[in-house]
Amino acid sequence: MGKTLAEKVWDSHVVRKGEVVGAEAQPDMLYIDLHLIHEVTSPQAFEGLRLAGRRLRRPDLTIATEDHNTPTLDIDKPIADPTSRTQIETLRANCREFGVRLHSLGDAEQGIVHVVGPQLGLTQPGLTVVCGDSHTSTHGAFGALAMGIGTSEVEHVMATQTLSLRPFKTMAITVEGTLKPGVTAKDIILAVIAKIGTGGGQGYVLEYRGSAIRALSMEARMTICNMSIEAGARAGMVAPDETTFAYLKGRPHAPEGADWDAAVENWRGLVTDDDAVFDAEVYLDADDLEPFVTWGTNPGQGVSLSQAVPSPADFADENDRAACERALEYMALEAGTPMKEIRVDTVFLGSCTNSRIEDLRIAADIIRGRAKDPAIRMMVVPGSARVRLEAEAEGLDQVFKDFGAEWRFAGCSMCLGMNPDQLAPGERCASTSNRNFEGRQGKGGRTHLVSPVVAAATAVRGTLSSPSDLDPVPPSGSGTGAPGAFATTPSATPAA
Amino acid sequence: MEKITTHTGIGVPLRQSNVDTDQIIPAVYLKRITRTGFEDALFAAWRKDENFILNREPYTRGSVLVAGPDFGTGSSREHAVWALKDFGFRAVLSSRFADIFRGNSGKQGLVAAQVAQDEIELIWKVLENEPGATVTVDLQARTAVCGPVSALFQIDDYTRWRLLEGLDDIGLTLRHEPDITEFEATRPSFRPTTLPVRT
Repeated sequence: MGKTLAEKVWDSHVVRKGEVVGAEAQPDMLYIDLHLIHEVTSPQAFEGLRLAGRRLRRPDLTIATEDHNTPTLDIDKPIADPTSRTQIETLRANCREFGVRLHSLGDAEQGIVHVVGPQLGLTQPGLTVVCGDSHTSTHGAFGALAMGIGTSEVEHVMATQTLSLRPFKTMAITVEGTLKPGVTAKDIILAVIAKIGTGGGQGYVLEYRGSAIRALSMEARMTICNMSIEAGARAGMVAPDETTFAYLKGRPHAPEGADWDAAVENWRGLVTDDDAVFDAEVYLDADDLEPFVTWGTNPGQGVSLSQAVPSPADFADENDRAACERALEYMALEAGTPMKEIRVDTVFLGSCTNSRIEDLRIAADIIRGRAKDPAIRMMVVPGSARVRLEAEAEGLDQVFKDFGAEWRFAGCSMCLGMNPDQLAPGERCASTSNRNFEGRQGKGGRTHLVSPVVAAATAVRGTLSSPSDLDPVPPSGSGTGAPGAFATTPSATPAA
Repeated sequence: MEKITTHTGIGVPLRQSNVDTDQIIPAVYLKRITRTGFEDALFAAWRKDENFILNREPYTRGSVLVAGPDFGTGSSREHAVWALKDFGFRAVLSSRFADIFRGNSGKQGLVAAQVAQDEIELIWKVLENEPGATVTVDLQARTAVCGPVSALFQIDDYTRWRLLEGLDDIGLTLRHEPDITEFEATRPSFRPTTLPVRT
């Protein structure tokens, strides 16, 4: 019987097969190719190494950046919050002590860890990638097996470059058809999560496949894989193809010369065999999909933008009904309210889900020549310093500034509000991030997860909207559109 | 790590599904660089409500949390496990745990016992009828006993063995260090390294 993509990557990394003791199989020892580190989940792991007198086994397979805590304003000044500052300084000291490469605030390669790995070309097909962050699933877009781990596992990888894991079950998420204009990868993944639930992927690695996935850019595939964890799956993957190779070619850490040829030959084999069997299969029709938004306090509580806030009575399961009731109360929403009538205070364009150059271009294209609803505060936070530079080279920063949005420095920012970028109690936000949990973006804040397209249109109208709800751009608008400009950027055409 | 065989303590019925790790410990508490001292951070937002269960006697002394399905979803923060342990919890019962949370619990000696939802409902009823009733979690027998209810629970065999023996995961792996070195020698040359830095 053939193997799935996930099984191929798994099998090629087994250092030691789990022994069977009695009737009980132990976990496999899996080799880790790339360990990404940030300031929040690493200090206790470094301390553990120190206390045990252990070394960090492979600094050359480890890379660190600062993202969760970092301010997105005044980055040239000392970090104001002393506990944040201490955590960042601790990372710097640990990286010095253990010889770990670190991209600090102010460095051109600093940024959200899941944006940095791919843009440096470190994230490649067939790798095992881990990080003390649940959104490590992002890197699966390249056909890597990538998963979030806890701090104990961070320490384990530091000391051994392996993890003890049981093989995952496999789930195929097949998305066939063609997305309508204005419908994006974010809508696909929000619809998938609504379909299978926040626990639907538990114990599985998801493989996204089908014509609609094949048609997506790498940025869009990263958006989808990123939110696998919101469906409960530790990892999500897309088989590598020409789109993947074109993205990687010429990036700083992509293979070169004969290594490139050997790599591509290897990567072409990283597809699920025709006769492989998945443990579960889910289908989604891309043709029918509309912009998707959340109404509740977990990412599975979503509907199409054209629909209304559901009622607890709509749910057969008692727990779902109770969760709906609680969510409506927290979100201060009435059942039956059309989603498009929900007014927001804040629009957040950023996070490891949607802060890449393509996301910024998509949003800029919608707002160019339009006016922001004056009551809306819009924050644009590029995923990395590199993305910010790219965007500025294309003039996107000016588009956002002319519109009245705040153009910030890179980091996790308002996705989780560890830095000063937070919602005030009761504020409502249309956010391109990944979690709408209670208080996620600030205590008492209310989050609606949306795509960059919906975020931009919402900033214009003030209520949750798609571009089809907007008036045409007035002819006097400043925007030239200049879509041709994209072709000259390194991201769009990496030295093919 | 300390060996765990059984634990008996006051059960806390938390009738809620999808208790995510942002609720268990909000992100603002993740700025600390220590592994202990997170008891105040546990359910920090919910504990602002004086009627929240952990603010009421006898639950302030609770040590077995009995929660709805999909406990520990969301972020990978191990701080969620540290906070539960620092507060005094030794076991969590739920019909479904998020994968990363369950893994983190196993590393830290918090028993994440998977109990069928209908039995969770029975345990909730006992705990609500008799506040302060205890739950006994027996790792050897894989049972959670609360009043007349005796529920079998599921837990990964390897995790259970490590908890029973109190074994350190890293130490176990390093026993096989030569296997790791041997594997590394076969790593294809096209695989990336982070050093030396390339730009």
